[in-house]
Amino acid sequence: MSAINAANATYRARKRTNAAMLAVSGAALAFGLLWLVWILATLLYEGGSALSRASLYTQMTPPPGADGGLANAIVGSLIMVASGTLIGTPVGILAGTYCAEYGRSGWLASATRFLNDVLLSAPSIVIGLFVYSIYVARVGHFSGWAGSVALGLLVVPVVVRTTDDMLKLVPNSLREAAFALGCPTWKVITLVTYQAARTGIVTGILLAVARISGETAPLLFTSLNNQFWSVDMNQPLANLPVVIFQFAMSPYADWHRLAWGGAALITLAVLALNIVARLAFRKTG
Amino acid sequence: MAELMNPVSARPKLQVRNLQFYYGSFHALKNISMDIPERMVTAFIGPSGCGKSTLLRTLNKMYALYPEQRAEGEIIMDGENLLTSRQDVSLIRARIGMVFQKPTPFPMSIYDNIAFGVRLFENLPMRDMDDRVEWALMRAALWDEVKGKLRQSGDSLSGGQQQRLCIARGIAIKPEVLLLDEPCSALDPISTAKIEELIHELKSDYTVVIVTHNMQQAARVSDFTAYMYLGELIEYGGTDDLFIKPKKKQTEDYITGRFG
Amino acid sequence: MSAVPGLPADYDIAVTVPRNGVTPPARPGRGRWKDRAFEWLTRLFALLVFGILGAILISLVAGSMLSLERNGVAFLWSDAWDPVKESFGALVPIYGTLLTSFIALLIGVPVSFGIALFLTELSPTWLKRPLGTAIELLAAIPSIIYGMWGLFVFAPLFQTYLQPHLIATLGAVPGIAPLFEGPPLGIGMLTAGLILSIMVIPFITAVMRDVFELVPPMLKESAYALGGTTWEVVWRVVLPYTKVGVVGGIMLGLGRALGETMAVTFVIGNAHRLSASLMAPGTSIASALANEFTEAVGDLYFAALIELGLILFAITTVVLGVSKLLLSRLARREGTRT
Repeated sequence: MSAINAANATYRARKRTNAAMLAVSGAALAFGLLWLVWILATLLYEGGSALSRASLYTQMTPPPGADGGLANAIVGSLIMVASGTLIGTPVGILAGTYCAEYGRSGWLASATRFLNDVLLSAPSIVIGLFVYSIYVARVGHFSGWAGSVALGLLVVPVVVRTTDDMLKLVPNSLREAAFALGCPTWKVITLVTYQAARTGIVTGILLAVARISGETAPLLFTSLNNQFWSVDMNQPLANLPVVIFQFAMSPYADWHRLAWGGAALITLAVLALNIVARLAFRKTG
Repeated sequence: MAELMNPVSARPKLQVRNLQFYYGSFHALKNISMDIPERMVTAFIGPSGCGKSTLLRTLNKMYALYPEQRAEGEIIMDGENLLTSRQDVSLIRARIGMVFQKPTPFPMSIYDNIAFGVRLFENLPMRDMDDRVEWALMRAALWDEVKGKLRQSGDSLSGGQQQRLCIARGIAIKPEVLLLDEPCSALDPISTAKIEELIHELKSDYTVVIVTHNMQQAARVSDFTAYMYLGELIEYGGTDDLFIKPKKKQTEDYITGRFG
Repeated sequence: MSAVPGLPADYDIAVTVPRNGVTPPARPGRGRWKDRAFEWLTRLFALLVFGILGAILISLVAGSMLSLERNGVAFLWSDAWDPVKESFGALVPIYGTLLTSFIALLIGVPVSFGIALFLTELSPTWLKRPLGTAIELLAAIPSIIYGMWGLFVFAPLFQTYLQPHLIATLGAVPGIAPLFEGPPLGIGMLTAGLILSIMVIPFITAVMRDVFELVPPMLKESAYALGGTTWEVVWRVVLPYTKVGVVGGIMLGLGRALGETMAVTFVIGNAHRLSASLMAPGTSIASALANEFTEAVGDLYFAALIELGLILFAITTVVLGVSKLLLSRLARREGTRT
């Protein structure tokens, strides 16, 4: 009377469907990993030789046909990433602190979180347009400062989010112990809570740095590029992403080579930052 | 070797022999041997952590979902050891049904909840499926309350109704054994009473095994009771005998409330 | 991970503590002003986040004012794009943006579902983290890298090996034939959509994994207990249970795809031409901006480009806002946070 046996046709069809679907999901995973491996392999293959030549790091971007490197672009990127991080991090940390520590009553904290997440995934090219409109158009020229501001605006939502989350992980008992000693609120936050969450907050900053290191679109309208050696922040500043863009879209083979080298360099840096951030986070969590 | 506790004269449906169970390296069930009689209600009782739910969940191989859990020994049903059987585990689970501590209606209509299990094995035409759904709901004493809203979501029912829905869902596929893991722990007394009445009726068709932390419930509902403590089976016998004249002092201490 | 690129997938799961915040004890006397100052400082910066979004909106509207006035609503459906004659329309870039994003989701959503299914139900425990991390690294790779790889590696191979077959086979099927017409260029709308699909996979996968793991184990066990197979438990119980979150994740992927710039710019072909064929080159809002903004001459040209940016900003804000709403709703129901 029971239909529950191994010869049941419906059952057998279901088992086949199950096996097929699970195989498909494995294939999906392989599909995803395939691209990762292929892209990384391409970068190493095409950019590896450029990476290992010292001239990449010492010579400046050349005109087509000449020999050269990416030194000015590397330095420019380092400067702008650093200043962008310096601009965006305090904003992010303080805003995140508000959401986590003062956010229980009222609407501001949850609204900020909501809008922050929207800002987080917003197109970075729009940020570039924004900084162009309020800064570059006003002063009349591209500049490293404009680029830094644009990058800083990209740092803010990442740091807000991670600071908010990390501060919320700090147990209340720690805060209460500090209050019980008569410690004022602002000191509890800065001396106790920040200390407890510092690894997580630093992780967030590292991830923000990783994010902005590879950003091209916002720099197109702010810092543009500079073929020559310059560390003048008030002028267009050379940077890796825009250089890669220009060189890759050009018809010159040696520019392509340099573009691949730059691409490999950025990717290695970004992946390294990501992995370091993950390992640091795991040790706390 | 533990003595085989089998004072049961009824035919055994499930025979457990030297069952060991491990959560990782923790030895959770130690050398359990018992017979579960057919078409009777058997209750597992004992203090928290004694292993009664663990034992219940080995009977339908639910532990197989979790890689760090493993069982050794024998659980014999119809001559075959379920633990080592080559038979597909989903077939075993369909023959041994389970109802959980909290009601777990699927996110679909009441009708589809009941039909879910049936559709796994039988390709019934609409009329027959309707009949089966009605039959299951009647057996679970829920039909009158839901017959007008079969297309509504299972979430729209009260806790007690949801649990009866889960029982109806479990019996719709006509299993041979029904495992109930503290089915009333999340319910109010009236719903509990209804379900206890239901259990009494179900045993005419199914072998029922129930885990409960409520001794009085075990006394009300079951024919046989097993008392467990710290992973061991301390005493097992007819419910009346165990509660009125327990053979072991440990059992007596638990029943009289000296600990637990 | 949900929204922050690069954070580990179990990041959000870890953040399941209830809202904290201890009411500070009332403190008499002088120290109070420092507390209030600090609180206002943090509040100021929280308001700044609002301010940034508002400022972006305002500056985009202001910058595109000339085009808004001159072109009016017809801008949205005009396919003109002539800088010399100063005639501009947003239809071609909008079409390209929507089409490439649609292709990206068409491929990306099922693949993400498959990966999420594998990682939550099939993968041995020790493999979950490394595999999950590997998929998330796809999100860490900068967009320009995808663009370069797409242009120099993928497009030529696509052009030589895959496109001719697609054109020959699908191009002969009546009804969808117009989609596959044209010479195999390697680059084009379809290529851009394919590259985008790879880029959105890590985001959608991360959200799906997070929401799948919110399903109460007892519910899944109930389905297994009836004899359900793994596929059935996921397809018939887990997915319906989490559908609000899954849609939220898909919209997050959509929001990302809509705004992607560099990858699309490299491979879309940058032609302001409307064409039915997927093989044809086209343009998207972001790639039009990337290519033309710095070269644009003339106030109307500028304003038209900025208006494109405004349209993109508006679309992505709405999509991302809806995504966030859906994910919050699911999180509130389950008592955690997304």
